[in-house]
Amino acid sequence: MADGTETPIAELRAATKRYGAVVAARSLDLSIRRGEFLSFLGPSGCGKTTALRMLAGFEVPTEGEILLDGQRVNDLPPHRRPVNMVFQHYALFPHLSVADNIAYGLRQRRPRPPAAEVDSAVAKALETVRLPGFGPRRIWEMSGGQQQRVALARAIINEPKLLLLDEPMAALDKKLRHDMQIELQTLQRTLGITFILVTHDQEEALSMSDRICIMRDGQIVQVGSPRDLYDRPKNRYVADFVGKSNFFEGTVRAVEGGSARLDCAGGIRVVGRPSEGVATGQAAIASLRPEQISLTRGEDGIPVTVVNRIFLGEHTEYLVRNPDLGQFLVLSSRQAEAGEGNFEPGETGRARWRDGAALILKND
Amino acid sequence: MAPATAWLLAMLVLPLVVVVVFSFGERAAAGGYSAAFTFENFANLGTRWAAFQNTLMLAPAGTILCLLIAYPLAYYLAIKADARWRTLLLILVIVPFWTSILIRSYAWIYLLGGQGIPKLLSTFGLGNPRLINTPFAVLTGIVYGYLPLMVFPIYVSLERLDKRLLEASADLGSPPWRSFLQVTLPLSMPGVATGCMLVFILLMGEFLIPAMLGGGKVFFVGNALVDLFLQSRNWPFGAAVAVALVVVMLVTVTLYMRLTRRWAGARDEVALM
Repeated sequence: MADGTETPIAELRAATKRYGAVVAARSLDLSIRRGEFLSFLGPSGCGKTTALRMLAGFEVPTEGEILLDGQRVNDLPPHRRPVNMVFQHYALFPHLSVADNIAYGLRQRRPRPPAAEVDSAVAKALETVRLPGFGPRRIWEMSGGQQQRVALARAIINEPKLLLLDEPMAALDKKLRHDMQIELQTLQRTLGITFILVTHDQEEALSMSDRICIMRDGQIVQVGSPRDLYDRPKNRYVADFVGKSNFFEGTVRAVEGGSARLDCAGGIRVVGRPSEGVATGQAAIASLRPEQISLTRGEDGIPVTVVNRIFLGEHTEYLVRNPDLGQFLVLSSRQAEAGEGNFEPGETGRARWRDGAALILKND
Repeated sequence: MAPATAWLLAMLVLPLVVVVVFSFGERAAAGGYSAAFTFENFANLGTRWAAFQNTLMLAPAGTILCLLIAYPLAYYLAIKADARWRTLLLILVIVPFWTSILIRSYAWIYLLGGQGIPKLLSTFGLGNPRLINTPFAVLTGIVYGYLPLMVFPIYVSLERLDKRLLEASADLGSPPWRSFLQVTLPLSMPGVATGCMLVFILLMGEFLIPAMLGGGKVFFVGNALVDLFLQSRNWPFGAAVAVALVVVMLVTVTLYMRLTRRWAGARDEVALM
């Protein structure tokens, strides 16, 4: 991947977008690396689509700058940006055939490329999205998944510097979505085009991206690789958005050498790595992933009652209840089950975790 | 026989048959119809050539003028106008319909007559052109009267146009004016085809506007029919003129539909009727 000296393929510099009193994006700073797969992740209304539309040129930032390949492009209209988008509902032209849809971008170039050149590029693009021979079809003859491939072909044929994907999988069913995710990822690797995906689906973002930019209320909360975000979330919001997590509220009693101690209800203590800004005496939360907690019949740990059990194949997920901490999730591997055996709903046991396994986060 | 078929026969086919039968008859001495079988009425069609000529010139011209004026208006209403004002503006397009075309044509008689626009022009020293009773006056009346019928179908097709397609077009490198030609215009063709068909067919049968603004100098086939049936009471000849008009209309409409079909890539949403 890109090293530090290379110019980023795209950059947002303090980019802000206001609609009257509403701030859709607040001072976004982000530099996008050449050839990476970056996702904007967040709930609807978090500003991720605004960020994408600013890159495409459909929105002009009220303040700040948008750079493409080191050039300021704030005033460059969409049709002059070397960027292409796969729209949420594909926005394919209903009056054109599949081939004409895909050729659309090439035919806008001046001077117009020769017809033979366009035809062979279209054939190649259809090949790439695995729809060979579908050129003469009409758009409404294509299924949802096929339409999405056409939209993809229509964008990549132009060899854009950035390929923007606005929730491209939202309209597909689960199975198809999964296949498409894998395909998209493979495509990105082979083409070497920088992909920017907007999604509210954390699994999608985690499985496909090199980096994820988590957003909330028009601001960037944290940017990092999926692993970074999973292991070192900056706050509760990120921990909650990336993977499943249990949160226990408490007060920080001590912070010392990369370790913090949190006292929770009922005198339960959680020791873990503190995130930035966690200080003694503050209210904070401990974040524990379900797989970091184990269920035993021993004497160690806090007493819990099993409320529910979900068999997930390789793992079993238990919903357990502690009188002080309330309900939380425990994920047991089959291996662990072999030692401790199954817990039935209603059964009591003990939940425990390694000191240091938890993250002590600011509660925001 | 199904009730619908009976209805269709009684209300549509039977009158047409009567007209065709009459067209081969003779004028009774006191006017009206007397049974006969002669082609004389059709042989005499040439004497009404001027009416056919006017109709076949002014109906297409009026349709095209309506289209040229209605398209920008519909475009503005559907795409550019502020959503808050849209309904009000649409109502303003319909409001003239609430008054009889007769009254509105009288208004035009005054406007185009000696005391109206020509007088205004002459006070500014711009000459004193004769406007009333000219093809120009008839065309003005036609465009004024039929404009809403053209605006609405085009408005509907533009309003239904998915605006994201225009973003997609821009995203793929097309400047706005080319997006209009490549996306907006072709996708609004069904509305254009419907509007043209509607206005053209009604114009072919028009008689009120030419009667009032053409003053007997610019007359349509419709005026010839009124004259033949009500004034000279020559029903058989009137019937022959009516049959000829139907035939002319069938031919032009069929040609037109063929043309739009091909243009719209054989899509069936184009056809109106």
